[in-house]
Amino acid sequence: MANYSTNEFRLGLKVMLDGDPCSIVENEVVKPGKGQAFNRVKLRNLKTGKTWERTFKSGDSVEGADIMDVELQYLYNDGEFWHFMDQQTFEQQAADATAVGEAAKWLKEEDVCTVTLWNGTPLAVTAPNFVELEIIETDPGLKGDTANGGSKPATLSTGAVVRVPLFVNQGEVIKVDTRTGDYVSRA
Amino acid sequence: MTWQPSAPLSHITARARLNRLIRDFFARRDVLEVETPLLCATTATDPHLQSWQCDADGRRYYLQTSPEFCMKRLLAAGCGPIYQLGKAFRREAAGRHHNPEFTVLEWYRPDWTLDQLMTEVEALVLDAAAAFGRELSAFPRFRYGEVCREFLGLDPHRSSRDTLLRLANARINGDFSDLDRDGLLDLLMSHLVEPNLPPAGCFITDFPAGRASLACIEQDRDGNPVARRAELYIAGLEIANGYQELVDAAEQAARFSADLDYRQRQGLEPVPLPRSLVGALQNGFPEAAGVALGVDRLLMVLLGVDRIQDVLSFPTAQA
Repeated sequence: MANYSTNEFRLGLKVMLDGDPCSIVENEVVKPGKGQAFNRVKLRNLKTGKTWERTFKSGDSVEGADIMDVELQYLYNDGEFWHFMDQQTFEQQAADATAVGEAAKWLKEEDVCTVTLWNGTPLAVTAPNFVELEIIETDPGLKGDTANGGSKPATLSTGAVVRVPLFVNQGEVIKVDTRTGDYVSRA
Repeated sequence: MTWQPSAPLSHITARARLNRLIRDFFARRDVLEVETPLLCATTATDPHLQSWQCDADGRRYYLQTSPEFCMKRLLAAGCGPIYQLGKAFRREAAGRHHNPEFTVLEWYRPDWTLDQLMTEVEALVLDAAAAFGRELSAFPRFRYGEVCREFLGLDPHRSSRDTLLRLANARINGDFSDLDRDGLLDLLMSHLVEPNLPPAGCFITDFPAGRASLACIEQDRDGNPVARRAELYIAGLEIANGYQELVDAAEQAARFSADLDYRQRQGLEPVPLPRSLVGALQNGFPEAAGVALGVDRLLMVLLGVDRIQDVLSFPTAQA
C-alpha cells in the first residue's frame, strides 16, 4: 500500500496504525506561528470500532490500509461463518462473528450487504438500511388500542426482537430500519 | 466545484467594516500606511515556514510570508511608524484555522518597547470588539514560563529534552522521539497549554530563546535567556505576534545562517540569505517594536465563528 503524508490526510482516508486499519474521522492542523506544525487526528479503529486521538508531526507519513467496501449477497451461515457472494464474479467470502457483529441479527438470505474488506478478507459487515423480516413470535393482536400508539415485542425470523404496533400479527412480514432497530411498516 | 463564496455576505461586509476601523485607528495615531511587494527575491528563513515560489524568465521570486523584511527596510530609511494591511502566503495545510493565503496587519513603532506596543494591540482589538458588540476587556499578560509551570508543571527554560519527552509521551498519543527541545515545547504548548488559556484572551510573553525568530533575546529576572516576543491569544487562537525587534545586524546575519544550515541538515527547501535586510540593519536600524496580527482570525473572534472559511470570500481550495 502507498504511504500517505499528513498533507494528504482527509476524512475517510484508511491508514494502518499500530497494526490495525483505521479511518480518519477528524484532522486538525495545529501550527504555532513560529514553530513545528502538528496534525491532531481522530481515527476510528475499523477492527474494534473504537475512536482514538493521535498527533503526527506535519510531514510524517503513515502506511495506507488496503480497505475496500463491496456489495455482496448474503448466502448462509454454517454455524461459524457467514458466507457472502459477489453477484458479478460469484466469488465467495466468509466472515466470522467479529466481522459480522451486530449485523448478524438482520441478515436474511439473498439480501445484499456492504462488506468491508481488509487485505481482501471481510473486516466488517453492514446490513442493508432496511430489511423485511417475518415475525415468528408475538402476542396475539389486541384490537382497537392503536390510538395510544401501544407496542409489543416481536421476535423476527433472524432472532432479532423489535417493538411493533399492537395490530401487527405473527406470520406477517415487516420492514425494519437496521440503523435504529425500529419498526417502519408492514412490508 | 461550487462557485459561491464561502463566507456569508454579512461577513464580507463585516470585513470591510473592520478594515475601515483599522485604517481609522492608525490615522488617528499618525501611523503611516505603506505598501510593500508581495513578490520578493528573498523570503523568511524560519525552518517552519514554507514559502510559495514563483519562477519566471529564469528568476525565482517568493510570495511573502509576512511583509516584515520590506517594512524593516523602510524603517531603516527613517520612515517613522508604519502599518500595512495586506495579504501574506504560507505553504501549509489548510484547516479550520489556516488558509495558505491570509490577511495580515503588520505595524512597527520606532523607539517603542514591546510593552507599549502590546497596549496598542490591546487598544485596537478592544476598539474593534466594541464596534462589533463583543465583550472583551484588557488582556492579562503571562510569561511563557508561568503558563508552562501552571499547565505542564515544569520550567520550560530549564527542563531537559528528556523531561519534556517523558511528559509528551505520558499525555499525548504519538511518536515524538525525533523532536528536538524546541519542537517538544511547541507540542506541549499547542496541545496542553493553549487549550487552557483564558478564552477571553491573554498575552504570552518571554518565549524560549530557540523560538526568537527576529526578536531580541534578553535575560529574564530568573536569569533565563528569553525571546522578547509577545503573542495575543483569544479563544484558543493565536491572533497577534509581536517582537522587540532584533536590531543587531551581525546577530541577525548569524541567525539567518543558522536557519539555512538547519534547513540543509533537515533536507528542507533551501532559501537565499536575505541580504537586503542585513544591509538595512547595518545602516543603523532604530530600536523598535513590531507586531503582525491575523486579520482573518480577529474577524473570526469578532463574529464568533470557529472556521476561517466562514470569513473568507474564497478559501484557497475554492479559489
